[in-house]
Amino acid sequence: MKFDAQDCLLVSKRQLTPTIFDFRLKNADLAEITRPGQFAHLLVPGKTLRRPISVCDVQDDVIRLVFEVRGEGTRILAGMEEGSLINMICPLGNGFRIPEDKTVVLVGGGIGVPPMLYSARTAGERAIVINGFRDKSAVILTEDFKALGCRLIETTDNGSYGIHGFVTQPLEEVIDQADVVLACGPGPMLRNVAAAAAAHGKECFVSLEQRMACGIGACLGCAVGIRREDGSISYRHVCKDGPVFRAEEVAW
Amino acid sequence: MADLSVNIAGVEFQNPIIAASGTIGFGHEYSEMYPLSVFGGISCKGTTLQERQGNPPPRIAETPMGMLNAVGLQNPGVEHFIHVELPWLKQQNTVVIANAAGSTQDDYCRIVEILSDTDVDMIELNISCPNVKAGGAQFGTSPESVEKITAAVRKYCKKPLIIKLSPNVADIAAVAKAAEGAGADAVSLINTLTGMRIDIQTRRPIIKNVTGGMSGPAVFPVAVRMVYQVKKAVSIPVIGLGGISTWQDAVEMIMAGADAIQIGTVLFTDPYAPLKISEGLHGYLDTHNIPSVRELTATVEV
Repeated sequence: MKFDAQDCLLVSKRQLTPTIFDFRLKNADLAEITRPGQFAHLLVPGKTLRRPISVCDVQDDVIRLVFEVRGEGTRILAGMEEGSLINMICPLGNGFRIPEDKTVVLVGGGIGVPPMLYSARTAGERAIVINGFRDKSAVILTEDFKALGCRLIETTDNGSYGIHGFVTQPLEEVIDQADVVLACGPGPMLRNVAAAAAAHGKECFVSLEQRMACGIGACLGCAVGIRREDGSISYRHVCKDGPVFRAEEVAW
Repeated sequence: MADLSVNIAGVEFQNPIIAASGTIGFGHEYSEMYPLSVFGGISCKGTTLQERQGNPPPRIAETPMGMLNAVGLQNPGVEHFIHVELPWLKQQNTVVIANAAGSTQDDYCRIVEILSDTDVDMIELNISCPNVKAGGAQFGTSPESVEKITAAVRKYCKKPLIIKLSPNVADIAAVAKAAEGAGADAVSLINTLTGMRIDIQTRRPIIKNVTGGMSGPAVFPVAVRMVYQVKKAVSIPVIGLGGISTWQDAVEMIMAGADAIQIGTVLFTDPYAPLKISEGLHGYLDTHNIPSVRELTATVEV
């Protein structure tokens, strides 16, 4: 089985910030095969389209999803109570490839931070994590990253917590220790991280998002422009070819 | 158990549930979850003579009880379809319907000629794609244009020919009659309704193509009405689609006049929908002591 649509039991629900929720969903079959950087596609009662949410972590038979309320669909999801069943297609997408015996720098921005937790757990002590947030009220998952024993650097745009500034500042300081840079976050941040990696000659992979329908590669809805060697653009798809792409290929 | 098999233009389907073009690609992804033989047939992704890149993103927007798409016929081209996709599809124990699209009448004739020399079971002519600049829906918007393209393609088509109709017309029955008169073996309807959504924060259309094709439960009553009108107007088989998401919807569409149905958008909501619809159809027919689904077609009493 590569993926399946199955009911998952919402065993724990916590609210991390006024808009960010932390769900733990139990399903042994799906948890078993889920890797860092993959995503789950959640059925929302009353909605035609599912909502793609990146996997934050997997421990034993529990898949953890940390998501932000962005609109009606995520608001309905956030209203689900512990003990309810949520139908998910999971695991989807390629995920991050965490190379063995290499130092990885993981860069997360805002709601792009959660998928870095499972990636950091997999990389263990080889991970340097840089998480950026808008301000102190948006900071999430600090204790979870600290518990992994990885090196954690946190920034806020307005300096209300951690380093004042964007993730690219601390990235410049640690990038020479890295073999590969993995990033998830808003488009402008990903572009800047990719530019920094390119300037230092480091491999860089970015996790992208796009409006999505089927989630499995059939409908071709979630297109992203990829630059071919001759400079022309072709479309690949976030759900199946991604969400993780080689940064240098992305037609920003 | 009741008999779900249907015969459309001489082709036997083990059940009346066909995957709608554009929602299932060439079947690989859904086959990860269940065998494609749960479908009576699969209408493959709209295929053109040459590879097409499709439209720039975003291509998808949600709507109340539905969605818009403007994928723009992204596909790997007919040669890829024939040599890479078709041999595998033919082993899946389901009817394989090629969905043929083009920009000019010559394109349609040429692709149909090429597909006629393959193992595809049927050809569905896509003259109703709303998301491409040239071709597509322009051939499907009037009885005259539908008659012309159908007659032209018919000369090259050695397979059972389904004409897929656009709902964006004044008189759907007249369009269906034009297709029948020009040699169509069946019609399928409805393709998507042209729609649009705007992001009120940015004042920009959500879909980069500005407009997109609307599908999903919201269009179902429109589809039922059109299938009902078309069934009364033609004697060739009618394949009903548009927003079917439950077995009850399937029964309703068949009662309206469908000899077979297609499901599409519901696959995005629930990939397992075809199994549930099939089970529900069995249950309904058995409960009402109807031995075959064929006896349910066009049984609405008006």
